[in-house]
Amino acid sequence: MEPVFAVLTGIFLTIAVYLLLSKFIIRMLLGVAILGNAVNLLIFTSGRIMREVPPVIGAGLDVPAGPTANPLPQALILTAIVISFSFFAFLLVLSWRAYSSLATDNTDAMRVAEPVDAQLPPLGY
Amino acid sequence: MKSLIFRTAAPVIVGVMLLFSIFVLLRGHNEPGGGFIGGLIAVAALSIYGIAFGVETVRRAIVFHPLAISGAGLLLATLSGLLSMVFHVPFMSGLWVYPVILGEEIPLSSVMTFDIGVYLVVVGAVTSIALSLEERGED
Amino acid sequence: MAVSTSPIDLSAALVLEPVAALDWLVILPVAWCICIGAVLMMIRQRGGLQPLIAIAALCVLVALDAGLLWHVSQDGPATMVMGRWLPPFGIAFTVDLTGALFALTAAVVALIGAIAAIDDINTSGRRYGFYPFLMLLMAGVSGAFLTGDIFNLYVWFEVLLISSFGLLVLGSEREQIDGAVKYGFLNLVATTLFLITTGYLYGVFGTLNMADIARKAASLQDTAPLVTLTALYVLAFAMKAAAFPVNFWLPASYHTPRIVVSALFAGLLTKVGIYALIRVSVMLFPFAREQLSLVIAIVAALTMLTGALGALAQTDTRRLLGYLVISGIGAMLAGIAIGGAGGIGGAVFYALHSMLVMTALYLASGLAARLGGGFSLATAGGLYRDHLLFTTLSLMLFFSVSGLPPFSGFWPKVMLVKAALDNGAGWLAGALLFTGFLTMIATGRVFLLAYWRPAPEGRATPQEALPVKALLPLLVLTVLSVLIGLLPETLLGLVQNAALTLNEPSAYLKSVFPAGSMP
Repeated sequence: MEPVFAVLTGIFLTIAVYLLLSKFIIRMLLGVAILGNAVNLLIFTSGRIMREVPPVIGAGLDVPAGPTANPLPQALILTAIVISFSFFAFLLVLSWRAYSSLATDNTDAMRVAEPVDAQLPPLGY
Repeated sequence: MKSLIFRTAAPVIVGVMLLFSIFVLLRGHNEPGGGFIGGLIAVAALSIYGIAFGVETVRRAIVFHPLAISGAGLLLATLSGLLSMVFHVPFMSGLWVYPVILGEEIPLSSVMTFDIGVYLVVVGAVTSIALSLEERGED
Repeated sequence: MAVSTSPIDLSAALVLEPVAALDWLVILPVAWCICIGAVLMMIRQRGGLQPLIAIAALCVLVALDAGLLWHVSQDGPATMVMGRWLPPFGIAFTVDLTGALFALTAAVVALIGAIAAIDDINTSGRRYGFYPFLMLLMAGVSGAFLTGDIFNLYVWFEVLLISSFGLLVLGSEREQIDGAVKYGFLNLVATTLFLITTGYLYGVFGTLNMADIARKAASLQDTAPLVTLTALYVLAFAMKAAAFPVNFWLPASYHTPRIVVSALFAGLLTKVGIYALIRVSVMLFPFAREQLSLVIAIVAALTMLTGALGALAQTDTRRLLGYLVISGIGAMLAGIAIGGAGGIGGAVFYALHSMLVMTALYLASGLAARLGGGFSLATAGGLYRDHLLFTTLSLMLFFSVSGLPPFSGFWPKVMLVKAALDNGAGWLAGALLFTGFLTMIATGRVFLLAYWRPAPEGRATPQEALPVKALLPLLVLTVLSVLIGLLPETLLGLVQNAALTLNEPSAYLKSVFPAGSMP
């Protein structure tokens, strides 16, 4: 199963990078969302895949009855999901603000902080 | 939103969802659920309330500023971890008490207070974002 | 139901003996910052009370970090595990000299920033939450310096990133939104790259505890793709630290927020990237670092030179300082590329110096703008005649950042140049010295135009003398820089010991895995 997931991760990452390279913030946002999912899939795959045995210790036992799926990647992914979710929410609000206050979503046109025609200092006095 | 059906149904839906969010929060120790997912359900409920009756109504209904709520949650979660200091066990160790209330043994733990803290953090932070987005949608 | 009733032996997985009180110092800086940040978040409307609480709390933080440094320098690295789970099963916080030194300096910088913010951040900025964000930023920074788990390091990176977003858009002017978009997206990509690499690392090692990785890396040297992992980490952390080909987000955003925020960012954020790079490349994968050292050295030289040349080309003093931050990052990368006690020690020392001095320079540029009309070199002038003390302090800082004696910038540069020459990398030593020369010209140009030159005709020079309160943060940082420059022995000894522990992490491993608890 792992090779299939590896290829899938690769496809996700390709799409994410393609979208992130766009000039328009809204596409970059979509890229960020897909990038987060690509990473989660990657972590999941690197924890090795195992079918249908949830890592739950049954009632009355101290150790699981047999081999189970690896629970650690799931914990890592959960953390990563929470973080990428909050990031996405923040960037969404920020992009909205940028769109309404800068009146553009084209990153090429965002030159307010780095004005093209900044005044040059005197060369001497 | 000016739909009469929605406005009539919203309070009921919101009430049920908030109750459900607390249920999900409390069952989270041994079963699927927990503070984060419970918090998100509560935020969904508050957002529905906001769509139906406007952001101002939600702000009045939750009394405190959303970020103050998440601050309280953060404090609660950290203090649950620091409680271990008193008992000479490492940070964030789970500490349990089993008080008997009305003949029923109720297990309570620092794990649970931590999870309630997480719930409050999520409710506060995500509500704050959702409300600010809804506010922009209104004008 | 309770854990203790279980019949199986728990001592292989859980801490059973009581924890020493001193070990709590490892976790307290982080927990303290989070608690105070949470309290401040709850009382956001009390604008008058916030600075008092924050400054008091940061004083406590400095004391905690100083205690931690003392503890670590006396007893060696210290470890605290989370939730009784022994490493490598649970998350461990492990502090060695490097982490403690960085944490203490960061706390000092934050304290100075909080004091300077009394003047710079107005009531609406306080209501918006400057101080809570500052405390949470410090939680993230301290967590990153103190943790001993690589995924946990990622989490702290995100904590400090989210708080830095909050600080960056404080005020919400158009400029800030513009800068924040670039800062946000690029830093997100960098941390995601960090996470991707950590995913690979977990796939290879099956563990995330740094001590465990360091232990296993030596035996996996021939079979595992360690150089690939390290190269990816170098790229991710170089992006966070703003090294040459991936540095353009820094001058695009660092000049947009309030000046105190810029100062804090310059002192704290990029240095966390450098710290993580040192931790990963030197302690975890020393073998791969040697393989990559030429690449890192070239990146370092280019970073230093583009930084210094960029600084020469700027009109806005804040953007000029942004390029100087980048140039300093290049010097630290040079130390990492050289390796050994001299190189790594030099990199650590340079980072500590840069944290103090870059913060001071940003604060100075803020004061200069207040006194002499804006941040643009085209309009500034006349500071020397009216404000002698301020001019003296600024000049000392300019010398310090250029690496002239007797200031704090001198000694790390000496260490780095010496280490480069000892390793036969004369060109790198040359680049270091040439960068120092260029930096001197760049700062000299600022001094000439903004301080020495008479105020332009027709501008009403504000004659208000600077209150001592406004000068105090600058004064403290300058005095620290001079003290480090004049009495470097203690710090030199500490950073050399720190570099030794990083190169030979047996003490670090012993702290995480005391003999007998090995699986």
